Amino acid sequence: MTATIEPEVGKGRLRKEDERLVTGRTRWTDNLTLPGLVHLAVLRSTMAHAKIVSIDTSAAKEMPGVVAVFTGDDLDPDGAIGMPCAWPITPDMKSPRRPVLAQGTVNFAGEGVAVVVARGAAEAEDALAEIDVEYDELPVVLGLENALAEGAPLVHEDLGTNRNAVWIFDSGEAGSGAPVEQAISDAEVVLKRRFRQQRLVPAFMEPRACMVDPTAPQLTMWSATQIPHILKTMSALTLGLPEHKIRVIAPDVGGGFGGKIAVLPEEIMCLLVAQKLGKPVKWTESRSETMVAAHHGRDQIQDLTIAATRDGTVTGLKVELLADMGAYLGLVGPGVPILGAFMFNAIYKIPAYHFACTNVFTNTTLTDAYRGAGRPEATFAIERIMDELAAELGMDPMRLREQNWIKHEEFPYTTVSTLTYDSGNYEAATAKAMELFGYESLRQEQRERRDRNDPVQLGIGISTFTEMCGLAPSRVLGSLDYGAGGWEHAAIRMLPTGKVEVITGASAHGQGHETAWSQIVADQLGVPFEDVEVLHGDTQSSHKGLDTYGSRSLAVGGIAVVKATEKVIDKARKVAAHLMECSEDDLEFAGGKFTVKGTDTSTGIGDIALAVFAAHDLPEGIEPTLDSDAVYDPENFSFPHGTHLCATEVDTETGRVRIRSYVCVDDVGKVVNPIIVEGQMHGGLAQGIAQALYEEAVYDESGTLTSGTFADYLLPSAVDLPEFTTDRTETPSTTNPLGVKGVGEAGTIASTPAVVNAVVDAVRHYGVDDIEMPLTPMRVWQAIRTGEKAAGGPGAESGGGLGSIDAAHGGAQ
Amino acid sequence: MRITVTVDGTSYTDDVEPRTLLVHHLRERLGKVGTVVGCDTSNCGACTVHLDGHSVKSCSVLAVQADGSEVTTVEGLARDGQLHPVQQAFHDNHALQCGFCTPGMIMQSIDLLADNPDPDEHAVREGLEGNLCRCTGYQNIVKAVRDAAHHMRPGAGPEAERVADTGSRTASSVGGGGE
Ligand code: FES
Ligand code: FES
Repeated sequence: MTATIEPEVGKGRLRKEDERLVTGRTRWTDNLTLPGLVHLAVLRSTMAHAKIVSIDTSAAKEMPGVVAVFTGDDLDPDGAIGMPCAWPITPDMKSPRRPVLAQGTVNFAGEGVAVVVARGAAEAEDALAEIDVEYDELPVVLGLENALAEGAPLVHEDLGTNRNAVWIFDSGEAGSGAPVEQAISDAEVVLKRRFRQQRLVPAFMEPRACMVDPTAPQLTMWSATQIPHILKTMSALTLGLPEHKIRVIAPDVGGGFGGKIAVLPEEIMCLLVAQKLGKPVKWTESRSETMVAAHHGRDQIQDLTIAATRDGTVTGLKVELLADMGAYLGLVGPGVPILGAFMFNAIYKIPAYHFACTNVFTNTTLTDAYRGAGRPEATFAIERIMDELAAELGMDPMRLREQNWIKHEEFPYTTVSTLTYDSGNYEAATAKAMELFGYESLRQEQRERRDRNDPVQLGIGISTFTEMCGLAPSRVLGSLDYGAGGWEHAAIRMLPTGKVEVITGASAHGQGHETAWSQIVADQLGVPFEDVEVLHGDTQSSHKGLDTYGSRSLAVGGIAVVKATEKVIDKARKVAAHLMECSEDDLEFAGGKFTVKGTDTSTGIGDIALAVFAAHDLPEGIEPTLDSDAVYDPENFSFPHGTHLCATEVDTETGRVRIRSYVCVDDVGKVVNPIIVEGQMHGGLAQGIAQALYEEAVYDESGTLTSGTFADYLLPSAVDLPEFTTDRTETPSTTNPLGVKGVGEAGTIASTPAVVNAVVDAVRHYGVDDIEMPLTPMRVWQAIRTGEKAAGGPGAESGGGLGSIDAAHGGAQ
Repeated sequence: MRITVTVDGTSYTDDVEPRTLLVHHLRERLGKVGTVVGCDTSNCGACTVHLDGHSVKSCSVLAVQADGSEVTTVEGLARDGQLHPVQQAFHDNHALQCGFCTPGMIMQSIDLLADNPDPDEHAVREGLEGNLCRCTGYQNIVKAVRDAAHHMRPGAGPEAERVADTGSRTASSVGGGGE
C-alpha cells in the first residue's frame, strides 16, 4: 500500500462517477426491471378545480393487457391517507389533506384521478383514454391577490380560507434590532418596490420514476429521488407500514435541484398497488406529466420598503411576501419562503428589519423547493432594491453596497435576522471580480453608448450575495418547527485488505460525492484515492441519513465522514501501540502510518486492519473492528458569498438581451475538488440566468399550464447561455474542521439579480426602473417604450407570460 | 411488423407494433437502456443515437423506419475497453454531472465533429442546440467537444465515427433533428 503524499483535498480529481455515465451503463430507475413487473399509468385531471361526479373504469378494465384500474376510493376507501408535509410553519397553519388520487374534488390540473395497471407501459397508457370521468366545474382560484380578495372562491371549501399561514419576524420584537416602522418614519429616503418571482419548473432531465417489489422480505422501493432516507420514514408514517419492512433505493438519479425533494403520491400509489396485487410495479412519468404533476418553484409577490439616509446608509428594511403554495402543501413547501426571512438583510448591516410572509392556496400545481429555495427570492429582492436605492441617491451601486456591507474585520457578525456569519471577505471577492470584469472601462463604454444614442445600450448588473446553507443545525430547524433534524451520518468500513468502504447518508444525484468523499478519506486515513469506495442511496447499506439538498452534503455529510475517520484512527492507534509495544502517546499518525516518535518504526493502517481482522493478538478488551460511524450536527449554517457582475447589451430596437460578459468570484471556503466546484457554479449560473431571461410556468385563465412542454417552457440550450468567467477567493468557514461551505445553490442565488440589474441599468435612462422576469424581448421592448414593467403579453414569445399576478384576471397589477 | 436492426454491431430481428418508437424498441425490447428518454416532444435530445451514421432523436423515429439499418448508441462507442475520444473528453473536462443528458450529448457531439472537425465555441453551441442539459450550464460540454476535436485531428487518433463497418459515413446535414 502506498501512502498519498500530496493532499487529495484541493486536487482537481476527475470523477469516479463518470465511467458508467459516459458509456451508458447506468441504473436509472426506469432502466430497472423485475420478473413479473407490471406498469402503472396515471390519469390526470384536465380541470383545475372541479367536483368529481363519477369515474367509470369499466371499459378501461377490458382493455388488452390491463390488470387492474384503481381510483382514489379503491386505494383508500376511508380517505385516511394524506401526503405528508413536514414543515408546519405556524401552530395554526391550514393543512388540507392531499389524497393519493383525487377524492371528491380535483384541485389542480394534473392531479391524479385514477391509475391503470397493465402488462406494458404502452398498454397502461392506452387504457387511460377509456376511463370516463364526469366533472362538475368549480370556480378556479388563480393569482395571489385574487385568492386573498374578499369573497374569493376557495380552493378548499372546508378550510374556510385560501390563506395557508402567516409567518412574521420582527427585529424589534426579537430584540435583534430596532422597530422598522420607526426607522421608516425617521428616514431621509424611503423607497418601495414590488418585485415578482415568476413560477418556475425545476426541470431535472430524468423524469421521475418509481418501482416497488413486494415479493422480497422487505418491501423494496427504487425511486428517482433526492431523499431515500426521508422517503423511507415518511412512507412508513404515511401508510402505517412498519419502517423496518421498507427499503428504499435511489439508484442513479438524473438531477433534482429540489424538484426531487418530495414524497410523491405516485410513490405511495406504487406501494399500495404492489401490495394489493402482490406483484412488482413500476411507474415512469412522461415529461408532460412532470411539468404539471411535479412541484414547481418560486412564485411570490415581494413588497419591499427600504429606508436610508441621503448619504447612502441603509436604516431599515421591511419585506412583505405573498407566496403561492399551489393547491396543496408539499413536503417542505410552506417553509421555503421562510428560509428567505434570514437572507433579505444579506451582507448588509441593517439596523431594523421586518419580514412577513403570507402563504396562499391556488388551483395550481404545488410549489416547493427549487435550487436555492427561499434564498434566491430574498437575494433577488435585496440586490434589486439596492440598485434602485443607488439610482435614487445618485450613487454608484457598488459604492452603496460597500458602504453598507459587513467589513471583513467585523466577523463573526450577528445579523438583524439573528444568524451569526462566521466568516467572509466581501472586499476581497469584489476587488477580484471588478478587476476581472473591467468595471471602469465598461462604465466608460456605457457612457459613450448613451451619449451617441447607440441602438445597442450597455448595462452593468451587480449582485453581492451571501446565502445560508449546509442545512442545518438541528436546534435551528427545531425553532422553525421543521419536522426533522439537520445532522448527517457517515460510516467507515476498514476491509481486511486495507481497502475502505465509506457509507454516507447524503444521496448524490450528480454532485460527485463518490469522488469528493474519496478525496477526503484518502487524506484522513492516508490511503490511495482509488482504494476508497463510497456507498450511498440505499437504506440497506446506508441505513441512516437525511439526504441531499440545501447545499448540505459537504458541509454536513462531508464533516460526518471526517468524524468517522477520526474514530477509525483512534481505534487503530490502540492496536498499533500494542503491536509496536509502545504507548499510544508515542505514536504519530501521518500518511497512513503510525510511527513511533523519533524512530523509523511504523505500521500502516492497512496492516492494522488485517491484524484486527485476524484478531489473534489484540490488546485486552478491544473489539476486533476498526469500523466506525459518526453523526454530525452542524453548529451553524455555512455562508458562502461572492460578487457577480454581468454586462448585458440590450438592443433597444428589438428588446433582445445579450449577455456580453459574466464574471463571478465566489467564496465557498476551502475547496475539496475545484473542478466539481466550478461545475456547480456553472450549472447554478445557468439556472439563475434562465430565471432572469427565459423561464416561466404560465397558466391560462382556466388553470391550464400553457408552458407544459419543453417546446413552451424555455430551458436554455447551449446557444442561449454565455461563457462564464468564474474565480474564487477562499475564506475558510470557522465552524467545521474542513473549512468548507456549500456551493450547490450559490450560482443560482446570485445570478438572477445580476442579470436583471444589468438590463435595467442599460435602459434606465428611458425611464425604466423594473422589468418583470423573464425579461423577454417583448417585455424589454415595451418597457423601453412605455415604462411598463410587465407588458408584452402572454406566452407567445420566449417565456413571456401571465403567471400568478396577471392583470387580466384581476391579479396584482 | 418484423424488422431487423443492427444495434452496436449485433443484429436483432423482432416483431414490433407499427407505432413503437425506436427509443422504446431499443430500451424495452433490446435492453439498450444506455439511451434514455427525457421528454415527449422531441426537444431534449437525451435519446440521440446514430442511424446509419447520422444522429437522430430516437424518440422521433419509428422502430419500423430503422428496419435494415445500423444503429449506434452510446453503449457501442467504446472499443476494447477504450473510450471513444468524445467520451474521454467528456470525462476529462467534467462535462457531465448527473449524466442523464450525456448519452445524447455524446452522440450529437460525434455527429457535429463529423460535419465540422474543428468547430469554434459558437459552432459547438449551435450544433448542440437540440440537446438540453440542466446540470452543467454547457460550458464544460463545449470545452469537451473542442478538446475531443483536438484529439481527433488527422493523425491525432481514431476517426470520429468509429463504427467501421458502416464505411459510408459522410458529412451530414442532419443536426440531430431526427428528420
Ligand atoms: S426524448 Fe427528448 S428528444 Fe427524444
Ligand atoms: S449532466 Fe445532468 S442533465 Fe446534463
